[in-house]
Amino acid sequence: MRRRTVSAAAVVCVLVVTIGSTVAAQQPRELRWGGDAEGGAPFVEADPGDPSRVVGFDVEVARLLAEGLGRVPRFIQVGFTSLDAAAARGDFDIGLSGIEDSQARRARLAVTVPYYEFREILTVRQADGARFRTLGDLQGRRVATLGATLAYDLLAKAQTENGLIPITYEDDVHPYSDLALGRVDAVLLDQVLAERGSRRNPGLLNQPAPVAVGHYVGILSPTNAALRDRMNEILRAAMRDGRLEAIFRKWRLWNDDQPKLYARVLTEGTAPEAQSLSGNVDPWDATRRYLPALLRAALITLVLSCVSMTLAVFVGTLIATGRVYGAAPVRTFLTAYVEIVRGTPLLLQLFVLYFGLAAVVQLPAFVAALIGLGLNYAAYESEIYRGALEAVPVGQLEAARTLGLSDLQTLRLIRGPQAFRLALAPMTNDFVALLKDSSLVSVITVVELTKETSIFAANIGSWVLPGALCAALYLALSLPLARVARRLERGWRVA
Amino acid sequence: MSVLDVARLQVHRGARLVVHEVSFTAERGELLALMGASGSGKTTVLRAVAGLDPISGGEITVDGVTLRSGARPRGTLLRDLHRRVGMVFQFHHLFAHMTALDNVTLAPVQVLHQPRAAAESRAHALLASLGVAHRADARPHELSGGEAQRVAIARALAVEPPLLLMDEPTASLDPARRDDLAATLTELVSAGRTIVVASHDADFVDACARRTLVMDEGRLRS
Repeated sequence: MRRRTVSAAAVVCVLVVTIGSTVAAQQPRELRWGGDAEGGAPFVEADPGDPSRVVGFDVEVARLLAEGLGRVPRFIQVGFTSLDAAAARGDFDIGLSGIEDSQARRARLAVTVPYYEFREILTVRQADGARFRTLGDLQGRRVATLGATLAYDLLAKAQTENGLIPITYEDDVHPYSDLALGRVDAVLLDQVLAERGSRRNPGLLNQPAPVAVGHYVGILSPTNAALRDRMNEILRAAMRDGRLEAIFRKWRLWNDDQPKLYARVLTEGTAPEAQSLSGNVDPWDATRRYLPALLRAALITLVLSCVSMTLAVFVGTLIATGRVYGAAPVRTFLTAYVEIVRGTPLLLQLFVLYFGLAAVVQLPAFVAALIGLGLNYAAYESEIYRGALEAVPVGQLEAARTLGLSDLQTLRLIRGPQAFRLALAPMTNDFVALLKDSSLVSVITVVELTKETSIFAANIGSWVLPGALCAALYLALSLPLARVARRLERGWRVA
Repeated sequence: MSVLDVARLQVHRGARLVVHEVSFTAERGELLALMGASGSGKTTVLRAVAGLDPISGGEITVDGVTLRSGARPRGTLLRDLHRRVGMVFQFHHLFAHMTALDNVTLAPVQVLHQPRAAAESRAHALLASLGVAHRADARPHELSGGEAQRVAIARALAVEPPLLLMDEPTASLDPARRDDLAATLTELVSAGRTIVVASHDADFVDACARRTLVMDEGRLRS
């Protein structure tokens, strides 16, 4: 009897395990694919009808690959500039987001055959259509693009050759709106983006002659070469049977360049030559090439931080004085300013100053950056100074009064100097924080140290060396400052 | 001739009346002591005379300048008052970021617009007369209680006010220093200065005051 119970239990266990594994086997595997939905249509964007879904031609290419592999596609959001690093780490199986083929990518990642050919198009204002036809016509002019793209490499090359000024953006919408506003004189980007940009901003013109030709590819971890080869077969099959054509026709991107590309991919068996403007990707060689740009960017960071901090100290002093000595309405207004500025992100304030106010006042990017940082930090400084002013003992203020000093003399000679000594340590702390927060201004096209480093890292496909160099430069800027502040504090110590 | 004339003085702290109808005078060359327990209103009377707190009734006249009830004195009235009244606080309240010498020269240079050199030589003389010449370059936190008090007296005297107010001057002094202070004040009085001292130190008051008034719960005891 007992024996029968044991065997029955064993049968149940086996059944449970078998059913469990069958259920698991029936669950199809996922194809995790990475892309940046912020890049927008027609690549990948949140479905306006259902923001939890993504739509775009890259979404359909991902579905096509997943079907070929018998898997279910799952989208993973990754920032555009982090896609390479995420692919190398294996955060997803394949990255698809209008990713350009380049020798640097091929050297460090497993890259699929190209599935779309695009032209780099120069967009200008219609009035400039006749005089700005090529990059050669844009000497000394500001030309916008996205950082870490083929277009950026083309502009960087043109910068050394004919003195054009590349301006990098974090997104592909504002280059065109800034072109319409006159902040830049041209935009160089993929035709897909150029067509959308000129459609959205009347008065812009796409020059017909392409500046260069490039290809979109999928990227995988270098350890995933076998999966890449299977995907290449799926892509080739889709080129042959017209499924890729159907996708691009649906998104109105099909043109005469594509059949030629597909013919080359199908007959040659290998991908066409990748663009190589960055040349050698040896990290030491790249460091030598990038070092002058990094030093220049460090100087921009330093100047930006010093001027912003000066503005912050000046405005912060006025706010603190107003809050301690001002009439009730003045105090209310200043308190509201401090709370609003402290309670909203600096990033948002920079966007509003540069892009939001553009219709009213067009601030140059550097000016918007230093006003944004200066006014933001002024709110924090004012709180430090207010606390410091209120920390000076009332008895000393009364003593000054009985000696016949006016309120202004008391502030200038007694309260101010003592408050300044009290505020010095937190002020130094804030200056070091500002030095690092200044990296946020890259969102309004100012290329400072962190932005230049990320361009460098994207170019060589590694953050190790650029990151170390960048950290060393930030430390070189902040450590001497901390020393000076400590020395001043020692000299001025108030018992 | 009276340098200080306090008539029917009333002072409120919030809604509470803390000084009731106090009247007294102090003559030129007189050291007058205001005595009484803590909270009896001595310090409040001194602060009202120094223009630090508003008065709610009566009048205070210092060497021809009259304070009446209302807000704290401001502007010209305040400047005129502070040419005539100096105050030495119980806790001295020396300016912490300045040397003893700079504490003393501040008002002569900034308020009386004396040349700095003249103000400094006068300040050195004052510090010497009070026995702290050797501490001229020290910061307040480097001074002992007695030294800080002498520097505070020098600071108040530097603008040469006819009336000097002192709040609990012996609070931070040992007995020997207390005797020194009594001697110093006696000298100042004999040189024609009028001094009003708020204190609850009976020995000190006996040693130097010519006249003593006693306060109790905001009133003068008759």
